[in-house]
Amino acid sequence: MAATTVTAAAPAAAKVRTRAPRKLPSVKTAIIALIAYVIAIIFLLPYLEMLVTSVRPTKELYEQNYLPRHFAWSNLTNMWGSAYGILDSLRVSLEIAGGATVLVLLVALPAAYYTSRHRFRGRGAFLLLVLATQMLQPTALIVGIYKEFLSFGLLNINPVWSLMLVNAGFNLAFAIWILNAYIGSIPAELEEAAMVDGHGRLGALFHVTVPLAMPGIVTALIFTFIAAWNEFISALTLTTNGSDYPLTVRLDSFIGQYTVDWQHLFGASLVATIPVFILFALIEGRVVGGLTAGSIK
Amino acid sequence: MAVDVSKQPGPRTRAGLSAPGARFRPPGWLRRLQPLLWLGPAIALIAVVVIWPIVAMIQTSFQNITPLGINVGSAGWSNFSTVLHNLNLPGILVRTVIWVAAVVAITMLASFGLAQLFNQRFPGRRYVRWAIIAPWAASVMMTALIFRWMLQPDSGVIYLVLHQLGLVSKFNTNTPDWLGNPDAALACMIAVAVFVSLPFTTYVLLAGLQSIPGDLYEAARVDGASPWRAYRAITLPLLRPAFAVATVINLMNVFNSFPIIWEMTRGGPGYETATTTVFMYDLKGTFVGQAAAMSIINFALVLIIIVVFLRVNGWNRQEAS
Repeated sequence: MAATTVTAAAPAAAKVRTRAPRKLPSVKTAIIALIAYVIAIIFLLPYLEMLVTSVRPTKELYEQNYLPRHFAWSNLTNMWGSAYGILDSLRVSLEIAGGATVLVLLVALPAAYYTSRHRFRGRGAFLLLVLATQMLQPTALIVGIYKEFLSFGLLNINPVWSLMLVNAGFNLAFAIWILNAYIGSIPAELEEAAMVDGHGRLGALFHVTVPLAMPGIVTALIFTFIAAWNEFISALTLTTNGSDYPLTVRLDSFIGQYTVDWQHLFGASLVATIPVFILFALIEGRVVGGLTAGSIK
Repeated sequence: MAVDVSKQPGPRTRAGLSAPGARFRPPGWLRRLQPLLWLGPAIALIAVVVIWPIVAMIQTSFQNITPLGINVGSAGWSNFSTVLHNLNLPGILVRTVIWVAAVVAITMLASFGLAQLFNQRFPGRRYVRWAIIAPWAASVMMTALIFRWMLQPDSGVIYLVLHQLGLVSKFNTNTPDWLGNPDAALACMIAVAVFVSLPFTTYVLLAGLQSIPGDLYEAARVDGASPWRAYRAITLPLLRPAFAVATVINLMNVFNSFPIIWEMTRGGPGYETATTTVFMYDLKGTFVGQAAAMSIINFALVLIIIVVFLRVNGWNRQEAS
């Protein structure tokens, strides 16, 4: 599936560039476009409300209007105060997501490369194992994950390490599928040519295969980063100290308090969401392949 | 198997490099271990993050662990029987079935429409497609929180809109507190779950639509088939695999969904808005053994749901490849 999207991407791009001079859209197109725009706006409205709430002055928080009478833009600056712990949590989230992403790349790239280039005993069993991990989710195994890291003692050391491992593990399958498809689409002859030119096998891998598979690598990296960044249940389970809270758990902890700082909660949510949304838009066309490849094969 | 196509480049390149003093050629037993060198890290990661927790979970489900976390010995099957005799369980099971069935069915139908809409050509299509990924890119717990805020009884913007439309008469009297009423809360949470499931599902179906070759429609047109006939004979059958994959993935995701219910009602009041997943998480706080038993029951339920779906769908194609 990912392979088809790879090949389909080029002609589509060419088509856009050589488009004929703009014609007036037909009535049918106009109606379709109008409905689509309305749907797009509906999908964005909750996030717009996030923005509006984040700049509501405390006095106007519960006023019944779509927009507040005054905009307290200072909410977006004073939410970084240490009392809220948002800045610390952003750092923790960045560590977990960054670490998980690096780990996924280090682990998935060799596995995807080898399974894509070689047929060997146990290959089918390995791919089945990967598929099985994709079918499971942290939620389904949360009790076991909790018990494991409790006995490991990793909880007492630093839950950030545990969360890196968990997030890397549950996003491994996606990375392997998407890298497998990209590496499979690169002719092995290119690597052989590089090897004849004096590169070793690893040299050929890094000079030929990795650059050509870059779109797949970037997709795997961004997807893992976003998934780890947004992950909630393992983080909620494995962190006990406020200083270890990633952003999702920090925002959850806001809710338990008597007065919920809704403005700051949504201000932080926006800060967490906007970069991730832009990253996602970059890989949007390639994500489906990695998520469904295992089930189709 | 031994004379595979992909093996052929091996000897050829080795011949190319067999100049004097060429590389060291490892003995056979070492080369047989070579896959392990490349796959080992992945297998180790899966072992630590997936297999070990499964083993730990099964062990825990047979242990008698006090709320303080002390293991006081074997529990036999008592964790399972205690969970199964929990008076809240029947209601939770019914609610889980409603939750999964409603969210997946509404998501599939709505995505089916959306995918076909976004498959049309219109100006700005690219930006519209970007807009609908917002709930996919955002953390589900944050999306759940904004909906909780929009449904708070004092000034929730959803009530505000409905009030101005004349659909909610009493506003700001705590009457329209939907999240405080178990049935209404479940309906709201189903809507939120559909909202966050739509982007992925729409994208899968969109990819399915785009993989249908245009010549098929051309051929149908030449043969004089009406657009409706072509739609039924080409689009629907060829979209079926994408539809089945999206349904299975959604079934698993929705069954295991936790943040929406957790952030909007915490499963309460009591367990009146909890699904089996939320129930399991709640048990974890006091009776880890029972939570482990519930996880295993959940696991069995997911398997049953998926097998039944695949059977109903008649998706018994050859899968080994």
